Amino acid sequence: MTPALEVEHVTVRYGDVLALDDVSLRLAPGRVCGLVGVNGAGKSTLLQAVTGTVRPGAGRVRVLGDDPARARRRGAIAYVPQQEAVDVTFPVSVRDVVAMGRYGRLGPTRRLRAADHAAVDAALERVGLTALADRQVGRLSGGQRRRAFVARGIAQEADLLLLDEPFAGVDKGSEATVVRLLRELAADGRTVLVSTHDLHALPDLADEAVLLRRSVVFHGPVPEALRPETLAGALGLATGTVASRTGAAGEGAAA
Amino acid sequence: MSPLDLLLEPLGYEFMVRALATTVLAAVVCALLSCWLVLVGWSLMGDAVSHAVLPGVVLAYVVGAPFAVGALVFGLLAVVLVGAVRGGGRVKEDAAIGIVFTTLFALGLVLVSVTPSDTDLNHIVFGNVLGVSTSDLVQVAVLAAVAAATLLLKRRDLVLFAFDPTHAHAIGLSPRRLGALLLGVLAVTAVVALQVVGVVLVVAMLVIPGATACLLTDRFGRMLVLAPVLSATSAVVGLYLSYWYDLASGGMVVLVQGVVFGVVHLLAPHGVLGRRRAGRAAAVADEATTARPEAAPVV
Ligand SMILES: Nc1ncnc2c1ncn2[C@@H]1O[C@H](COP(=O)(O)OP(=O)(O)OP(=O)(O)O)[C@@H](O)[C@H]1O
Ligand SMILES: [Mg+2]
Repeated sequence: MTPALEVEHVTVRYGDVLALDDVSLRLAPGRVCGLVGVNGAGKSTLLQAVTGTVRPGAGRVRVLGDDPARARRRGAIAYVPQQEAVDVTFPVSVRDVVAMGRYGRLGPTRRLRAADHAAVDAALERVGLTALADRQVGRLSGGQRRRAFVARGIAQEADLLLLDEPFAGVDKGSEATVVRLLRELAADGRTVLVSTHDLHALPDLADEAVLLRRSVVFHGPVPEALRPETLAGALGLATGTVASRTGAAGEGAAA
Repeated sequence: MSPLDLLLEPLGYEFMVRALATTVLAAVVCALLSCWLVLVGWSLMGDAVSHAVLPGVVLAYVVGAPFAVGALVFGLLAVVLVGAVRGGGRVKEDAAIGIVFTTLFALGLVLVSVTPSDTDLNHIVFGNVLGVSTSDLVQVAVLAAVAAATLLLKRRDLVLFAFDPTHAHAIGLSPRRLGALLLGVLAVTAVVALQVVGVVLVVAMLVIPGATACLLTDRFGRMLVLAPVLSATSAVVGLYLSYWYDLASGGMVVLVQGVVFGVVHLLAPHGVLGRRRAGRAAAVADEATTARPEAAPVV
């Protein structure tokens, strides 16, 4: 089966900051993968390397077997930006935002046809925002806004959804709603790569986890990823009580 | 004199008819563009491009070419130069804009000083809408039509570009190309507005209408209606005032737009008083639910 996402030996530098160092990663379709790492570990950079916003200095990315440019044109990649990346005062409605998911498949003026309106309505329904569809995006709670952007990815019919810290500043209830939604999308055969700081939610959210610290230090099942010794070594938290038990892992990560 | 005469008398003069037509065209197309400029944060870019066209206008007079051609060439040149100066990453965008537009404007001033005296610097710098010739009007009409049609046909892509360029990129559109398109339209529009208010005040027509409309509505589609209507109305009022009281026409057009913005800023739902009202309503609601008035926000 073609992997939904293949990242091979990708290296990204910003000037003299090495943000990603020889990152390789493979995701099978229909999976939710949690991307975990401390601030500055390179999570956003990795997601942007997949969308092509950031150009890798070395290595290559494949989305469902295509190079990223072709995958983008096919509408295969949906990106849900970090909360701060969105101008919430912008005069567009929730429905406008979801409709933007359809633009790639429309004519030059991006005029929506009946099928597109139906897809937008269906996506709004699915994330439970039908009643708020005509609100300006800024007048939503953080969790509702996350759902609006996920709806945009649904309307786009993207195969690969990338979400950058969708749970930051979102209450538990909204978080649970988004988690359920992402699980449903994976059950439909879509692939979800989601960066998060919330380790408690990881078991409910993800089938597998990637621990990132400039390169991939662990990729595997969530329970294994959450073992203190794995976490400590991978995230560079190896101190005090954990350190004695994680000598091997810590050295492995440091080498 | 009846109010109707006040409106009709100036129309007896052909120069006033041309002036009104030019003013309305410029006001409408500037207002359309301003809706995007204020949202993308490119107000300063509007100022830059309008100043940078000065040498182009002077050279066009010297060689006898249509002024629009010269202005357009230098407007686009300014856009390219700003991109080039900023490109290295060391010089920030506002500095790059500051460098490019002042240098080109200075070049224009020098060119004016060495060319024969029939290029009137005052007219270029402060506008001369009462002296617009029929051929000027034709140029303005063509450019305004091109700019307005481009904006309206590509409005959804341009909104997407302004709102979320990362998504635009992720679905295979090119934010760079959309940005370039908007800058191209900006150069064309600056040339149009130049005729009415002159180099110095173009930025006002490129910013005030969009900013005013932004205060009045949460819908971009409505901004695209409100901004041109407000802009054209203020511009015409300004022009009439300048006719009847013998005041600087470009100055009056911008002054009325500024006053309208001020009034809206005070009264609009998103304006000063609107926020106060909303604040008070919230405070009252808080009092009702918490019965702790001292904890309620007052403004
Ligand atoms: N535009 C940029 N220019 C220079 N350095 C950058 C840029 N963006 C990120 N970096 C650097 O690259 C590294 C990885 O950053 P990135 O934003 O990918 O981390 P992250 O894991 O998403 O962090 P966070 O949890 O804080 O969002 C950091 O050291 C950061 O300082
Ligand atoms: Mg990040």
